[in-house]
Order: sequence, then C-alpha cells, then structure tokens
Amino acid sequence: MSHRSNKGSSLWSDAWLRLKKNRMATASLFILIIITLLCFVLPFFSIIKDPNIQNLENTFQQPNLHHLLGTDQVGRDLLARLLLGGQISILVGIVATALSVIIGVSYGSIAGYIGGKTDSIMMRIVDILYGLPFLVIIILFSILISEHLDIVAQTLIEDWELNKTMVLKFTNLIPLFIAISALGWLTMARMARAQVMTVKKQEYIEAAMSLGLSHWKILTRHIMPNILGSIIVYTTLTVPGFILTEASLSYLGLGVESPNSSWGILLKEGANYMETQPQLLIIPSIIFSITLFALNFLGDGLRDALDPKAAKD
Amino acid sequence: MLSTVISRLAQGFVVIFCLLAITFGLIRLMPGDPFSGEKSHAEHIIKKNKERFKLDRPIPQQFAAYLEALTRGELGYSAVKEQPVAKIIGQSFPASLILGICGMLIAILVGIPAGIISALKKNSIIDYGAMIIAMIGISIPSFVIGPLLAGQLATRVPFLKVAGWGDPFDWILPSLTLGLATAAYLARITRGGMLEVLNQDYIRTAQAKGVSQLSIVLKHAIRGGIIPAIAYVGPAFAALITGSFIVETIFQVPGMGQHFVNSTLSRDYFLLQGVVILFGALIVLANLAADIALVFLNPRLKSNNA
Repeated sequence: MSHRSNKGSSLWSDAWLRLKKNRMATASLFILIIITLLCFVLPFFSIIKDPNIQNLENTFQQPNLHHLLGTDQVGRDLLARLLLGGQISILVGIVATALSVIIGVSYGSIAGYIGGKTDSIMMRIVDILYGLPFLVIIILFSILISEHLDIVAQTLIEDWELNKTMVLKFTNLIPLFIAISALGWLTMARMARAQVMTVKKQEYIEAAMSLGLSHWKILTRHIMPNILGSIIVYTTLTVPGFILTEASLSYLGLGVESPNSSWGILLKEGANYMETQPQLLIIPSIIFSITLFALNFLGDGLRDALDPKAAKD
Repeated sequence: MLSTVISRLAQGFVVIFCLLAITFGLIRLMPGDPFSGEKSHAEHIIKKNKERFKLDRPIPQQFAAYLEALTRGELGYSAVKEQPVAKIIGQSFPASLILGICGMLIAILVGIPAGIISALKKNSIIDYGAMIIAMIGISIPSFVIGPLLAGQLATRVPFLKVAGWGDPFDWILPSLTLGLATAAYLARITRGGMLEVLNQDYIRTAQAKGVSQLSIVLKHAIRGGIIPAIAYVGPAFAALITGSFIVETIFQVPGMGQHFVNSTLSRDYFLLQGVVILFGALIVLANLAADIALVFLNPRLKSNNA
C-alpha cells in the first residue's frame, strides 16, 4: 500500500490515530504480534522439543508437564509442531495475501476505471484463469522452478552457511506461495473492479475529472481511499482461506511435505482422531481461531479507521 | 442490455476456447502420460494406444484433431477409466450441479440475511454473535465440518446418512458442508457493504423524510448494500462447483470434482479437457449472471457499457 503521506494530516496518519483509539483492534494487533513472535522465536529455546522426534511408546499423551500440550499419534510434541506449523501458516497467510492484494486490486481497479473494451478483455482473462485446473498449474510450477530453487538453496546453504533444514523448509514453500496467490488474486480483482465501477460514477470523481487531475491521481487519491474499506474486510477474509487452501493442497499431497507441519495439517490430522482424542483437534483449532478472530477485529478496526467519511477527531 | 448479453456469450466462447487451448498444452507439458500410471502395460499396447490417441504427433496437430472431433460432438475417450468422456461426465455432472446449487442456495439464504441484520444492529449482541459464528464458519475447513456433521447429525437424525447419494435427503449434509463457509463469507461481505450504504446521504434523506426503517432497508439500502456480495457470488459459485473434491470424497458423492483432481494426477488428458470445457462454461455463465445482477442493482452502471 502507498505510504506517501501528504502535508498536514494524511489519510494514513489519521487512520493510525483512530486505530489506536479502538481497543479491540489494538488488542488484536498485539495478539497477532505475540503469536507470530512465539512461533518464530520460541523454537530456538531448548524448552521446546524437536517437532519431528517420534516416540511410539509415547503416543496420544494428554497435556502434562513433560509435553505441555500432549503428543500426537506418533508421539511428537504437539506444542512444538504447533509452533512450527504456525511459522508456515503465518508465512503462507502473509505472502499469499500480500501478493493477491497487490495484483488483484491494481488489476481490478484499472479494469474498472478504464472500462469499455479494455475492461472486457481484462476480465475475460480473469475468467480464463478461473477455469484453469489449479492442480496442473501447481505441479507445473513446482517442476518449472524446482531446479532454480535447488540452486538458490545450495548457495544459501554453502555460501551463507545457513542451516540446511531451515533453508529447505522455506524454499520448498515457494511454488506453493506462487500457486496460491496466482489463484487468490482473481476474486480480489473482481471485487475491486465492482467497487471501482460503483465509486467512479459518484459526483466527487466527476468533480476531480473536471478539475483536470491525472488518472493516476484520481485512482490513487480519490478512488482508492473509498474502496479500501471493502477491500480490507475482504482481505481479512482471504487469510484463513489461503491457510486452508494450503491444508487442502496438503490433503492432496501437494502442499507442505510430511516432516513439516502447518496449522491446516494439524487440523486435518486432528480431524482423523476427532472421536477418540479430541484434544488433537481442539488445541490447534483454538490457536487458529484466536489468530483469525484477532485478524478479523483488526480488519474491522482498519476499515473504520480508514473510512474517509468518518469525522476527523 | 440484450446486445451486451449476446456479446458476453460470444466472448464466453472465446474464453472457453483459450481455456481449453491452455489446458491442452499445459497437461501435455507435465511429465508422464495416461499410460505411465500404476497399471503396467505391455510395450506394444502402450504404443498402439498412443497412436490411437494421436499422442505421438506434435501438440498443435493433436489439438486440431481434438477440435475437429469436438465439432462432431465427441469428447474423446478416457484412457485411464476406459470409458467415453461424455459418458463419465454425463454420469457425474448432475450430482455436481445439484451439490453446487444447493450449496449456493444455503450460502445465500443464510449469509445475506445474516449480514443485513448484523449491519442494521451494528455493535449489538446479535451483530457480534452472527459475526463470531461467521468467523468460525470461515475458519473450519470442510474436512473437519464434514466428518463432524456426519458423526453428529447422521447418527441422530433418522433420514440422514453418513455417506451416499441416493434420495434428496442425501443432498443435505454435503450441501451444508460445502455451503457453510461461503455463507460465512457472504455474511461478512454483506455486512460491510450494508454499513457502507447506510452511511450514505440518500439514506439520511429518506430517514429525514420519515420513511419507515423497514422500507428504507428494503427499498434503498439493500440494493446498494449487497453489490459486493453479488460480485462475490459469481466466482463463489464457480469455486463451489470446481472445488467440491473434498466434500465429494467425504460423503462419496459421484460428482465431477473428483474427476477434475484425479484426471490431472493420472494425466487422463481427454477427461480433464472435457471437465475443463464444462467448468469453463459454468464459470462464464456464473460471472455473466453476477454482472447482469450488478447492472440491475446499480442503475448508474446502465448509462454506459456494462
């Protein structure tokens, strides 16, 4: 998003002030930061066990002092897997969302703003992409870039002396990111286009045009602030969607691979033992839900804060 | 209006053609072919089959031959399932369509009213309650909801079954599983759209004139407020129909979602192409319907192009 601030009070600095007054939203922001920090920092401490050590004599433990959240079907520590899975799910959520918002909003708003033939052609391209079998795309993507990824991973491991498992964990995710966002921006583009088409017929846009403002200025300064609200609400909705897409892909064996985990995979594994060992489903669900609720309230807060019609206070 | 619809339908054919051409090329770029699966075939059988399906020719020639067969109404032969593609699709399409339509109906009938009521009672207990339920609906994946519904409802309600696709009662659980997440999305989107509209001047004018709250909502607010929701319904319907693989697997519904996934994994070229043509047509129609509804709801769009 643009962070160009203008003289006086900009949309963004006003929004920040208003957001800070919204207790629900700031608390949510705080929770999200804490969860992210826990997932990425806590595994470096030795109190967290290795998430991949299996112990078949120690399966399905209830939460206890030794395993704070218990163990799963092959005796792995649930807390450690939850943190590791969080790293991947949070990354998938952030990267796929950022890519799809950037691509989708610019594509959709340009199509909606220009209108006419250009709009028709641009939106028909979106229709084509909707229909493409996404599995084909994902498999091809992974084949296509896996060679290059191997080279990148090799350099990172050898020249930068980074931890091998760490590097491989994240480079393996790149085809997944690309594939999820390659599909994710389509609906975003349609939403943005519909909003722009509504807004551009309003009087203040006509006024801006008759003042002779450039199209770029009209789009970024007059249209964008007015469609941001709906876009942000839709964005907070897409994050769980992306995290779950990753889980569905793993369901087909195309997402995150087995020693690794993600929240989606933990939910899926938990669902298998729903009747006998409900804690395996309930614990990941709680963390996942807290994250999504926080995201949701933050989105609502941002929507209210960014509303250009709200009184300046 | 009519000319717009006709031109959109013409564009639809171009869309399906491009879609087919791209899929045709991409699936052949993938390593493996229909005969490289688990079943091992004798060398000469594979060779004969490849000749039969013209897989030994360059891709453009294969495509031309396929298009020529299409004009005669032939969809080709599934090399993996050893059945005509038309027959496989004919058997699975009704289930997919029913599942998609029921799922979408549940989503619309639950999601849009919930969103409208939440927006009208903003920041009340009803609003928070509805939105928390919506958020839960969005965050529970279908592979959790499905078994949960099957385990809890199917064992208690006499006419519901854990899996299967016979009488209309069997439509209930899969459609619920498929539609609930979309209902939740729709509720959130409708609420956002309604809040936007309720702040507009014309609503305030109507209030000042003393128009009753009910008629403000019904006559003025809903029209504008559900625009984002309608924009979402088109692609969502397409997503429900193409993405029903997991629900189909859980409830053993004989739909097309499984063919969409399995034909890719087994490189069943002709089946995938047939499925893509049909899905393409559905996506074109769903998006066209959504766009027509948008023009209908927002008269200002009528003045120039739609």
